[in-house]
Amino acid sequence: MIRGKPDEDDYWNSSKFKAFTFDDEDDDFTRLKESKRAVNSIRSLVEEEDEEDDVEKVSWSGEPVGRKAKTGSFQSFSESFGDPSIRNYAPELRKPKSEYKDYVSDWTPEETVKRMQQGKVYSLEKFRSLQDKLLLLDEAVNAHDGNVITAVLIYLKKSLSKEILFRELITREIALRHYIHYLKEIGEQKLLVELFKSMDRTEDMALMQYRDHLNVRDENKKRDFLKNCLSFPFSPDDATHVQDHYTLLERQIIIEANDKQVESSGQADIFKKYPRKASILNMPIITTLYYSCFYHYGESDGTFSSPANIRKTFRISDKQFLLTCLGARAKLKAWFDVDALFTTKNWLGYTKKRSPIGFHRIVDILQKNNAPVQVLQDYVNLVEDVEQKISLAQKYKCHDVIINTYRDLKDRQQLIVYRGKVERGSSEYRKIEEILSNSQLRWKN
Amino acid sequence: MAHSVRRDAPELPDFSLLKRLARDQLIYLLEQLPGRKDLFIEADLMSPLDRIANVTTLKQHDVDKLYKVEHKPIVSTSDQLCFLIRPRIKTVKWICDVVNADKAFGRFRRYKIIFSPQKFYACENLLEEQGIFGDVTTDEWSFYLLPLDDDIISLELPEFFRDYFLEGDQRWVRTAGSALHLLHSVYGPFSKVYGIGRCSKMAYESWREQVEEGEQRARQAEIGNVFLIDRDVDLVTPLCSQVVYEGLVDDIFRIKCGCVEFCPDVTSSDKSIKVMLNSQDKVFNEIRNEHFSQVFGFLSQKARNLQTAYDKRSGMDIKQMKTFVSEELKGLKQEHRLLSLHIGASESMMKKKTKQDFQELLKTEHSLLEGFEIRECISYIEEHINRQSYGIEHLLTFSNLKQLGLLVEQQPGETLTVMESRVGKLVNDKTAGKLTDAFSSLAKKSNFRALGRRLNLVPKSDEEYDLRVPRDMAYIFSGAYIPLSCKLIEQVLERDGWTGLEEVTRMLNGHEFAVTAGSNGSDARVKTDSQRIILVMFLGGCTFSEISALRFLGREKGLKFIVVTTAITNSARLLESMLDNHA
Repeated sequence: MIRGKPDEDDYWNSSKFKAFTFDDEDDDFTRLKESKRAVNSIRSLVEEEDEEDDVEKVSWSGEPVGRKAKTGSFQSFSESFGDPSIRNYAPELRKPKSEYKDYVSDWTPEETVKRMQQGKVYSLEKFRSLQDKLLLLDEAVNAHDGNVITAVLIYLKKSLSKEILFRELITREIALRHYIHYLKEIGEQKLLVELFKSMDRTEDMALMQYRDHLNVRDENKKRDFLKNCLSFPFSPDDATHVQDHYTLLERQIIIEANDKQVESSGQADIFKKYPRKASILNMPIITTLYYSCFYHYGESDGTFSSPANIRKTFRISDKQFLLTCLGARAKLKAWFDVDALFTTKNWLGYTKKRSPIGFHRIVDILQKNNAPVQVLQDYVNLVEDVEQKISLAQKYKCHDVIINTYRDLKDRQQLIVYRGKVERGSSEYRKIEEILSNSQLRWKN
Repeated sequence: MAHSVRRDAPELPDFSLLKRLARDQLIYLLEQLPGRKDLFIEADLMSPLDRIANVTTLKQHDVDKLYKVEHKPIVSTSDQLCFLIRPRIKTVKWICDVVNADKAFGRFRRYKIIFSPQKFYACENLLEEQGIFGDVTTDEWSFYLLPLDDDIISLELPEFFRDYFLEGDQRWVRTAGSALHLLHSVYGPFSKVYGIGRCSKMAYESWREQVEEGEQRARQAEIGNVFLIDRDVDLVTPLCSQVVYEGLVDDIFRIKCGCVEFCPDVTSSDKSIKVMLNSQDKVFNEIRNEHFSQVFGFLSQKARNLQTAYDKRSGMDIKQMKTFVSEELKGLKQEHRLLSLHIGASESMMKKKTKQDFQELLKTEHSLLEGFEIRECISYIEEHINRQSYGIEHLLTFSNLKQLGLLVEQQPGETLTVMESRVGKLVNDKTAGKLTDAFSSLAKKSNFRALGRRLNLVPKSDEEYDLRVPRDMAYIFSGAYIPLSCKLIEQVLERDGWTGLEEVTRMLNGHEFAVTAGSNGSDARVKTDSQRIILVMFLGGCTFSEISALRFLGREKGLKFIVVTTAITNSARLLESMLDNHA
């Protein structure tokens, strides 16, 4: 509230107030009390500069005005000055209302901006010509105070047609960014769209409109909204993205309706065994694929919910497909499916295990899904790097892999060391014994 | 821990004064609405308020009920409502709704909005447009600075980063200048100000203007030098995973306003507890700056000492026992409690990090910083994105690293583009808008590599780095990287300016400055003491790792650093602030 008051210095130093200052010396607060009624009659004039009339009323209770300062903390020094009564006491000495107005409006753009920064009274109404308005805006930008820049822009928004304002903002990047941010914050979407359009920033415009889908709750309405978005002038990348978004939601709506029905009718075992925790609507693509691999594995390519169809529609890469699918099937402990993911046949009909990702990673994923050692060791065995293979095998206790590897390496020493680590009399212990006693083997050490 | 502290390091100024000032002003403002009133507090002002006042203080000043601002219709029956809020359009809109609903209902109340730390014209304009200007009185609570610890002061304005660096809105520039002005008038006069970045320069100018507007009392300076730095001068450092204890705790449990909530997992009980983390916690104070690998050893040593202290009881007679109970036991119990908390936290963090292959993540980060085996790094990250073991934020990290020039060695990456379009945009279809746009506004030219060489940010990897005896600030990242921000500060202080760093500043986009603010001729000893206290202001946030690095630098050079930041940040917070996914 204190900031809302005109600066005292400006008052006393301004030539227009000379007469005022002069009389000040004769006056005192007693006289002030006497002219209370007269002052009250000009309150309408004063109110323009005082936001805080409540407090004023309190201070006009008839008590000496100076008393009010007693509540003050570090702000209070300005109170005795800033108290409106000091300058309002002599109505007969005041300039006529019209002239007073003139005075308030006499500040230059620079002074005005400065006053705004300091939270003092200011007036923007005098900036009427386009040139003056722009001078004011440029001055605000020069002062680096975003708060003031926005305040000036709000004034320009009210007092200029949008075409003119938009045109002037094109060459004023900093002001423009403040304007865009302001419109975003107060939610003037339409005006923002127009702004982008007028500046030929059609991609921004399209994205801005697309962003509105966040406000659409109902899935069918959202789908329709997205469909409508497809015609917007997106950049090619974004256009693909929006198309995918639309297709994905459309598909999720179909899957959701179907699965909900199947689940509640209790027809399918999979839903009974693993009830769905949440709806698939608005889930990301990878989650959708995972869901599909979980509940709709093995469906023919033609169905919307099949993994193969989703993979194809959304151009999912081999790696990504494999990893998602692996996660889902491993979760279900469907080890045959897991096995099939890696099995390829060559033209002679031999099968071979292949993976676009290193097998050490596959082991990792399987292990995190609690795969049993029998399953794990198959994949540990496929790790090419021998050191890595052994360290993984040790980590996951795949004894057979370790023993066989040392045997193949003809590393008797390591095998003996390893015998010390396994339980005496266990099957792996017996296996090591057996190999060590095999006289056919030619050890390298 | 075992660091040798230079004896001549000066004492830190007492910042509790800032809290007192804020509290007094708040009380003053509350009294401006005399009589009983209900107080609505903006959610993210609650913790800062907690640090300076308590409910009793508010009650003493006629506050009846307290509510959190939830942007919903209110249930208050009080005929006076006071709102303590940030100057946000959204909140002011809600207040307009509240007031207009009352009006429609024919209900008369008095309303007051207290904006912290200042009001914005846009907010007042909204009051005007909604026809309630005048029905509502407004005030400003200049609560600019919250001391979080002896050497950390926060503006608690996380939106500073987004508003300035992404939206290009300079609304907080003057706020930063005012914060600096407050520090200057209480702890200054500053004699030298250094800085880099456009925002720093503007904040500096705003401060200078405010100095000229007001009068300066002659007093003895407690803080001599100031360094201002824009967050976008160094975005790499806050994106790195933190491995210093305090940073790691922040990454995992999120420290909020100097306080952390440890889950039952840590407390090994059935409820979680809130713990203040600052230098008052003797155990924490000794491990906060340590590399995580050193913490376990320290804690177990501490536990053994504690055991010995307890064991002393066995041979005591009654009298000795009495003394023990009255003098030592309380301290020991306190230490015991803290120790078990931090041991619990360490265990929990170890578990979490092992689960997510932290070791490999770190290896990848370090390779990226070194510019080594970029291809392997990319496939590592790609795979994690594919597996979704990473959140969206890590994907962004990746894209960001590319833009920052960390990944330039890779041929224009097909991998990247494919992945971004496929995963980046669809993984989280709520992430509307062009993320990449946000990044390009942040991106500097691909200069990181050159900067790294020039400033020796990445030590040679073939040398062993002993984390027990750190030799430079790189220890905060396991010896792999000296944070760019802190290195710049070190260099500028050493050179007393930017001379010799021309190439570096050119690569960082300039806007550097070093100004002698004119010092008064106070006596020599005090002067030198204040000269060795350096206030570093991060515009856009800083991480706990950076604070640890500066503390290390301070110990090495006999300096004391005070960190002033717009907010504490880390990689997750930084990236979340870029996601524009709220409707």
